[in-house]
Amino acid sequence: MSELHRLQPEATPELDREQRLVLIQRDAMQFVPSDVSGLPVASAQKGYYELPMLKKPSWSWEIPLYFFIGGAAGSAGMIGAVAHVTGASTKLVRDARKIALAGAVLSPALLISDLGRPSRFLAMLRVFKPQSPMSVGVYVLMAFSAGATAANLGEWGEKHSSYSRLATLMQNLGDIVALMFGLPLVTYTGVLIGATVIPAWSRNVALLPAHFAASGMAACVGLLELMGHESPALQALGTGAALVETGMGASIELNPDPAMEPLKHGTSGWLIRLGGALSGPVPLVLRAFSYFAKGRRASRLRKYAAVSSVVGSAITRVAWLHAGTVSARTSRPA
Amino acid sequence: MTVSAFLTDSTLCIGCKACEVACKEWNGVSSDGYDWSGFSYDNTLALGARTWRHVKFVEGIPEAGKGGNDPGGSPWNFSSDVCKHCEVAGCLEACPTGALVRTEFESVFLQPDICNGCAYCVVSCPFGVLERDEDDGRAFKCTFCYDRQKAGLTPACAKVCPTESIQFGELDDLRDRAQHRVAELQERGVADAMLWDPRSSSVEGTHAIFIVRGDPKMYNLPANPQVPTQCLRAGWSSAAIAAGFMLAGTLMAFLGAGGKRL
Repeated sequence: MSELHRLQPEATPELDREQRLVLIQRDAMQFVPSDVSGLPVASAQKGYYELPMLKKPSWSWEIPLYFFIGGAAGSAGMIGAVAHVTGASTKLVRDARKIALAGAVLSPALLISDLGRPSRFLAMLRVFKPQSPMSVGVYVLMAFSAGATAANLGEWGEKHSSYSRLATLMQNLGDIVALMFGLPLVTYTGVLIGATVIPAWSRNVALLPAHFAASGMAACVGLLELMGHESPALQALGTGAALVETGMGASIELNPDPAMEPLKHGTSGWLIRLGGALSGPVPLVLRAFSYFAKGRRASRLRKYAAVSSVVGSAITRVAWLHAGTVSARTSRPA
Repeated sequence: MTVSAFLTDSTLCIGCKACEVACKEWNGVSSDGYDWSGFSYDNTLALGARTWRHVKFVEGIPEAGKGGNDPGGSPWNFSSDVCKHCEVAGCLEACPTGALVRTEFESVFLQPDICNGCAYCVVSCPFGVLERDEDDGRAFKCTFCYDRQKAGLTPACAKVCPTESIQFGELDDLRDRAQHRVAELQERGVADAMLWDPRSSSVEGTHAIFIVRGDPKMYNLPANPQVPTQCLRAGWSSAAIAAGFMLAGTLMAFLGAGGKRL
């Protein structure tokens, strides 16, 4: 009994008990928000506490790098085959095939290392699903790698083995396969990310394959030019790709669709712009100047254009992947 | 063939989270952390690799004098979310390994012994259900208690629900039941009660339908979920045209430069 009495506060004995209630109320009033509009609520406009409705892509750095390398390699496979058939210099053909081979080796390595369970890569090959761009892409890459390897092996065998006719056949078959599967290798990555639920990607499903095609071509042409090739064919292709990329950049910039936000604002938006400028207008202007310049100055301008295109192509892929992450993070139910 | 389905009635849910617990226990799903969100009583936030049932605490702006269950007031609703087991499932179409399959109960099942963690299903689900577990490497989602259904049992979440907010049964039966329930609620004055059942969207219906109050968007349930396969035609057409231009351009460029041997 006496213990209970001791536990009661002794600070306010002189205050009227009713007055004490008023004080308590005044203290409590401090916690009443004057404006409830800032409180987290679920609403039809902003969805469930503005939490994302979609999951963000969980791919890491390997995937944009693969998009870039696959794009350049696929274009190289095609350019090597066409250059061979049209009788371009053997060094150009050989270098294009080398780029294709490098891509054929690196691409599967990158893809496998991004898998959550890399040891189960072969599970990809237990079915073929035409409705899954991922499945189609895996087979395209496998076929392309086989073609690029065969073309390089054949080329080597033509010189260094006693079965030169067989080697020539292998080289030509390899070229055909590298061309046939190089083209979809460059473009399918656009379908891969376009045919998803990520708004910034799926709204651009018709633009992405063409965009990535031009980007891949520009990167391949740039790499060949940096290896010392000055064929006018490469100049023409580089100019064409830069022209297409300029158009792509403009169409992204002018599209008023709200789903395009991540492509225009914030870090992802500026990455898209940087990649776009380095792939489109910058090399376009440099190449235009190099047409009128002469000798060493002309080839130096082309080298600058080449570097710009290669870097721009890589940044473009990083930018699109990043924009997808932002797009998922800001996704609301529609 | 049985067409299994869930009907989740948010007007009956008391937010006890027994479904979340039962799901984790039966399926051996590991912890998803102890973070405090500040969003009502929801500290789970979303479905994911380690959350296959998720109770949403949908809190609107409070109105003086109108309590949580007031038919005309601003509601404070609880709703247990789950994989929708779509009729046309984006994840199932996208999966390159065939790990995701359609079962004899018409549910979408992920075979963990085949999944290699490519994560393409993650960006193919219009409801943000699938997620790659960063520790394990594979994607995981609700199995619709395939093992229990195989044995003729009710899924764990539905079994433990104390108020029958989660009902399990044949899809058509549940649709009938849901329509009666919505009509009953409206008769009682709950004018904003409605059934979320996106049959006219490109997912062509789901095997998890929900009775909600107010706009389903408040529950992050989209009115018009889209399956990504519908983008394929536009994508592959663009790819084919682009490839054609690439090849034609390259041929023209090299033929035009022919003989120069540079």
